[in-house]
Amino acid sequence: MATASALAGHGHDHAGDDHADHKLSFIQRWLFSTNHKDIGTLYLIFAVVAGTIGGAISGIMRLELAAPGIQYLTWFTQGNLDASYHLWNVFITAHGLIMVFFTVMPAMIGGFGNWFVPIMIGAPDMAFPRMNNVSFWLLVPSFLLLCGSMFVEGPAGFNGAGTGWTLYPPLSTSGHPGPAVDMAILSLHLAGASSILGAINFITTILNMRAPGMTLHKMPLFVWSVLVTAFLLLLSLPVLAGAITMLLTDRNFGTTFFTAESGGDPILYQHLFWFFGHPEVYIMILPGFGMISQIISTFSKKPVFGYLGMAYAMVAIGFIGFLVWAHHMFTSGLDVNTKMYFTAATMIIAVPTGIKIFSWIATMWGGSLSFKTPMLWALGFIFMFTVGGVSGVLLANAGVDTYMHNSYYVVAHFHYVLSLGAVFSIFAGFYYWFGKMTGKPYNEVLGQLHFWVFFLGVNVLFFPMHFLGQDGMPRRIPDYPVQFAYYNKIASYGYVIMALGMVFFFLNLIVSFASKKRVAGNYWGEGATTLEWTLSSPPPFHQFETLPVIK
Amino acid sequence: MAAGKTHDFHILQPSSRPFVMAFAALLLAAGGIGWMHKFSWGPIAFFAGLASVCAMFFLWWRDVVHEANTGDHTPVVQLHHRYGMILFIASEVMFFVAWFWAYFSAALYPKAAAGVAGVWPPKGVEVLDPFVFPLLNTMILLLSGTTVTWAHHALIHGDRKSLKQGLWLTIILGAIFSCIQAFEYHHAEFGFAGNIYGATFYMATGFHGFHVFIGTIFLLVCLMRVYKGDFTPRQHFGFEAAAWYWHFVDVVWLFLFISIYVWGSKFGAAVVHNAFG
Repeated sequence: MATASALAGHGHDHAGDDHADHKLSFIQRWLFSTNHKDIGTLYLIFAVVAGTIGGAISGIMRLELAAPGIQYLTWFTQGNLDASYHLWNVFITAHGLIMVFFTVMPAMIGGFGNWFVPIMIGAPDMAFPRMNNVSFWLLVPSFLLLCGSMFVEGPAGFNGAGTGWTLYPPLSTSGHPGPAVDMAILSLHLAGASSILGAINFITTILNMRAPGMTLHKMPLFVWSVLVTAFLLLLSLPVLAGAITMLLTDRNFGTTFFTAESGGDPILYQHLFWFFGHPEVYIMILPGFGMISQIISTFSKKPVFGYLGMAYAMVAIGFIGFLVWAHHMFTSGLDVNTKMYFTAATMIIAVPTGIKIFSWIATMWGGSLSFKTPMLWALGFIFMFTVGGVSGVLLANAGVDTYMHNSYYVVAHFHYVLSLGAVFSIFAGFYYWFGKMTGKPYNEVLGQLHFWVFFLGVNVLFFPMHFLGQDGMPRRIPDYPVQFAYYNKIASYGYVIMALGMVFFFLNLIVSFASKKRVAGNYWGEGATTLEWTLSSPPPFHQFETLPVIK
Repeated sequence: MAAGKTHDFHILQPSSRPFVMAFAALLLAAGGIGWMHKFSWGPIAFFAGLASVCAMFFLWWRDVVHEANTGDHTPVVQLHHRYGMILFIASEVMFFVAWFWAYFSAALYPKAAAGVAGVWPPKGVEVLDPFVFPLLNTMILLLSGTTVTWAHHALIHGDRKSLKQGLWLTIILGAIFSCIQAFEYHHAEFGFAGNIYGATFYMATGFHGFHVFIGTIFLLVCLMRVYKGDFTPRQHFGFEAAAWYWHFVDVVWLFLFISIYVWGSKFGAAVVHNAFG
């Protein structure tokens, strides 16, 4: 990992050099921006807002699931039970789509990617700064369409799209004649366009704008991770766009792509969706891998162990990620040979993933460790991503999955890798770079409280779901037999603990932004070797007006 | 331009285009939904959105052309544009993968459902004869690929007259292709709705036809720029991007022609049947 860089004629001399930004009006700076750091900030704010809405929805869900019977959903539906059941489906759909498309992706790729990819490769901005802004702003209409869909008719007489984030037909076609699903579909079209343009921008930036001497094999691992992620976005999202376009024509123009009676095939939709959907889950975790690598290295005061292996493990994960999609469809009636292939191919992914986990551990081995907040989140990430990965190996077996499919075991699995993996890496990155982005220190005590309470909360929340799944509780139900009550109650307590953890997060935001203290350019010291630590905190409005030279 | 930069990258001033574009896209999407669900405001909002999106494309790219003409497009920035265009075409390829996937899933494994009856092309669907208009269209597109290359060589050699001729011919060939497609759609015995053959056929070829339309407009813009005096033998990426796009559209057509028109026709079915039983 390269980057203990000797910078030619470049150092901290830009501190306070914000000459270009205060000429801009508020609208020019924040609505019409062409600055990667400002756009990254917009993405982060967007992700926090969307994540709060998505998290609040899951709060209602955990409240309802705390005990058998329907307690709370009827509040929203004037006591109508059928409407409550549909509302449940709307909630799980909105929670999934919001967390995937409007929280994790904007935070990781849009937020941290925009902020730090150009800086880490020694570039003054992104390759296409104006297109960068349309990538962000397309998310806002997209989010408005998705939120709006909850308030217009879905199935006859009920509001909202209750299809799940996968939008499987025929539930999403003949099951939802109202405009709600069309709004969700076009929301995904806009979000997809946003991400494809963003992917083009990142790939071009990384391949073309590296500073002199910054070869591909010297790039920080976070940049590698965004590069691989961008390729996944570029090649998988158009397939989703095609699939949901066919859904749209099936719904509105009488086509029969997914209608078995007229020679179509509903399973085709599942193939197309998961050909996108599986790369999508790596899209949500790879930038996290990159951030964790930077953070583990910084707080071990050692270069990452096996740098090239780490980089190419991500490339391998990305590549194999395109070849395993049907493991989401083991109960759709695939033949045995197909299931054997997809089982084997899926388990292959454990190899590069194992390389990453062991290399992180090897990086810490013999290192001079300090357990600051970002490091705690990174360690939490490694632990829980491993738990989620191991339950993933179980689910990869078509035979086991026949039993586990659509059970709470699956919910536990993907929340361990995403809500505890991806989200932990986002928090890790947030605390790691907060001072760099704002120039102010976060509050260490509140940060560590946030970590420990959140860590406890999410484990209490999600671990019992493994047991619920093994006991046979299906996902996507608002009510359940009484034998599932015990673990559901525990899980709901877990949500409360997690929410308390988030209180510390927001408190920390308030305290840190109000702080009069300022941080230095490299406040992590000798372990922080990438180029952002050679700049002031926050960096100048336009960094690297003279490009750094990497030796 | 940021003061004091010593690198060749393009640092842009703030621009209202992306912001307006995003909300124009919202208007377009909302109008489309309203129209599909028969709200009276639907078509109005749809066309207002479409007009705004087109206007923003025009204004945005006019800015880009202006920047090209005022020296912002240094060699490295031109390289950005090349990467950007290649990657955009790569994403378009994956878009077509979805249509081909749908087509082959229906055609390789014809369903027993009524209206297909386990054979491809489905029983009772009078599919197009590949060797009349589709073959002609193949020839037209291949020919247009040569004329656009002729125009490119003329541009490189500073022969503006041949450049105009080559571009004119390419655009006319593209327009003829679109007219023939429209004619064939109009006379086809099967519709978009109600049967899987029509759905996969019109989605794949229609999406391609839309790309031909976009490509023709792209070339037309290049032609107008040629008349304005834009493009030099050394710097003419706008033209090259249009040519790349045109070749991409051409290649997609070859795949459509082979797999949908020929292999998926009664002729193709007979050949396959004789060869493999």
